[in-house]
Amino acid sequence: MSTFLALLSRDAHVARRNLVPLLLQILLQPMLLVFVFGRVLTTSGYMPLEYKSLLLPGIVALSMMLAGIQAVAMPVISEFQFTKEIEDRLLAPIEIEWVAVEKILAGMIQALIAGLVVVPAAWLIMGRGLALTLPHPFLFALLCCAVALLSSAIGLTLGCSIGQTQIGLMFSLVLAPMIFFGCTYYPWSALEKFPILQKAVLINPMVYSSEGLRSALVPQFPHLPFPAVAGGLLLFNALFVSLGIRQFRRKAVL
Amino acid sequence: MALGIRTEGLRKVYTSAPPSATPGRGIVGTPFAWRTASARRQKVEIVALDSLTLEIAPGEIFGLLGPNGAGKSTTVGILTTRVRPTGGRAWIGEEEVWKRRVSVKRRIAVVPQRPNLDFALTAREILLFHGAYFGIPPAERQTRARALLERFQLTDRADQLVVGFSGGMMQRLSIARAMMHEPDVLFLDEPSSGLDPQTRLLLWEIVREYGARGRTIVLTTHNMEEADDLCGRVAIVDHGRVIALGDPEALKATIPGGHLIRLQLAPRSPELLEALSRTPGVTEVRPVGAAGADVYADRGGPLVPELLNRVLAAGAGVSDVHISEPSLENLFLHHTGRSLRE
Repeated sequence: MSTFLALLSRDAHVARRNLVPLLLQILLQPMLLVFVFGRVLTTSGYMPLEYKSLLLPGIVALSMMLAGIQAVAMPVISEFQFTKEIEDRLLAPIEIEWVAVEKILAGMIQALIAGLVVVPAAWLIMGRGLALTLPHPFLFALLCCAVALLSSAIGLTLGCSIGQTQIGLMFSLVLAPMIFFGCTYYPWSALEKFPILQKAVLINPMVYSSEGLRSALVPQFPHLPFPAVAGGLLLFNALFVSLGIRQFRRKAVL
Repeated sequence: MALGIRTEGLRKVYTSAPPSATPGRGIVGTPFAWRTASARRQKVEIVALDSLTLEIAPGEIFGLLGPNGAGKSTTVGILTTRVRPTGGRAWIGEEEVWKRRVSVKRRIAVVPQRPNLDFALTAREILLFHGAYFGIPPAERQTRARALLERFQLTDRADQLVVGFSGGMMQRLSIARAMMHEPDVLFLDEPSSGLDPQTRLLLWEIVREYGARGRTIVLTTHNMEEADDLCGRVAIVDHGRVIALGDPEALKATIPGGHLIRLQLAPRSPELLEALSRTPGVTEVRPVGAAGADVYADRGGPLVPELLNRVLAAGAGVSDVHISEPSLENLFLHHTGRSLRE
């Protein structure tokens, strides 16, 4: 247990040291999106004012997803590379699987922080007209945790499955489709006119994240029913946590 | 407490290229890619260890000697829980390594061939966090880190990130880190490769000192001098097997004659080899390559004129002569017909 906490405090220490670049990396892109879609397009009249409220949960989910994936995948990729920096932690007196769990937990915390920062920041940037409600704060917290866990588990799976040379590919082949077909900028029901696509995007874990947060923050808009959200998040969490740990073990033990 | 090490028929077959030789695998994150990757893997089979049996006594400084690819690093990898053996078993003290990984890790430390320091931390933090992983209380951690930084002449750079450190400094810090939790067994994988002579001497001094405290030390090397100088016993490993084992002096005594005179002849004939082997003092003559001959003898230089006379008498010439004293290098050559550096 003390080894696990020491590993976690190492990651916290490194994250604190890189706080400013880390925050920029996590926040800049969502804030630009918020400004352009939530402020420019709505104020100029190209988009209705309600779009602000529809967009926000998607942006929160997107920020958490990116933060969690990057917080885990990037270090894991570089630490397993030529420098083998991770070796010291693999030789710590703890089962290797726990090192993977620690990575997931550290990424989850960073994703939660990203989510916590994005909500007020977006609120400030979007200005008037945001209609957020929080009827079930406990449920919202639970959803946030589930999304954070999912993001960091996906990060571990990706980080242990690709090499340094494929980071660019990861962004364009995995993350971009995940974001654009992840119901971040529109609700799932908006895909009604594209029935095949509407079914197909259900294999995207991002869909359950954005729709879940949408159901918690802006229930006045259409969203996936709660059982679907809960089921999807549960299923994908189980899948990626086990896959991530498995890939980590395969990468760590020769 | 000093712990012994034992291996029994240790075998390792890599089904993908061994780690150091992989420049980055393809995407294995999607189901279809896994299948093709595993199909591809089945074709590669590299036998790194082929039934390696060893017994290292508690408190011994033991050397694993062999050329690159002999299986030294794989042996260390298995003994340090980082490589899963394909067959056979290994014990550190009473604990079987693969079954009791966590308690084994608690008792060992590894100084890797290439420093694998945590680049996100400073030198001092590396030692402190390492201590924390091993559950050393904070005050004790600080004291030990300070002492080790001092001992390894790193105090003035202690609070800088290690990214900018020179190779020698990184290696020193790797050793300091390994000693942080005072392991019972210390593994050093090619510890002096890439070190400047000064750091090498410091390293040897520290290894001897640590050994004198009753700790077991295993080092892999292809540096003869190092093995000769430091190790109580050495195992010579080639193609994943132990081909000779004993203390360096005793091993050297097993080479016929001890001295080796390598000749390049022009031309070489069976009659000439026969004539050379009849020279008084010569114990064995072996043909090497197209025109070479390895002459094992009880003398070195003093025998050369007589050997040359015999070559000239046979109507042949000599293009090169190399004399070496009894050494582990010659021993390796004698057992495998290859030089350690090949």
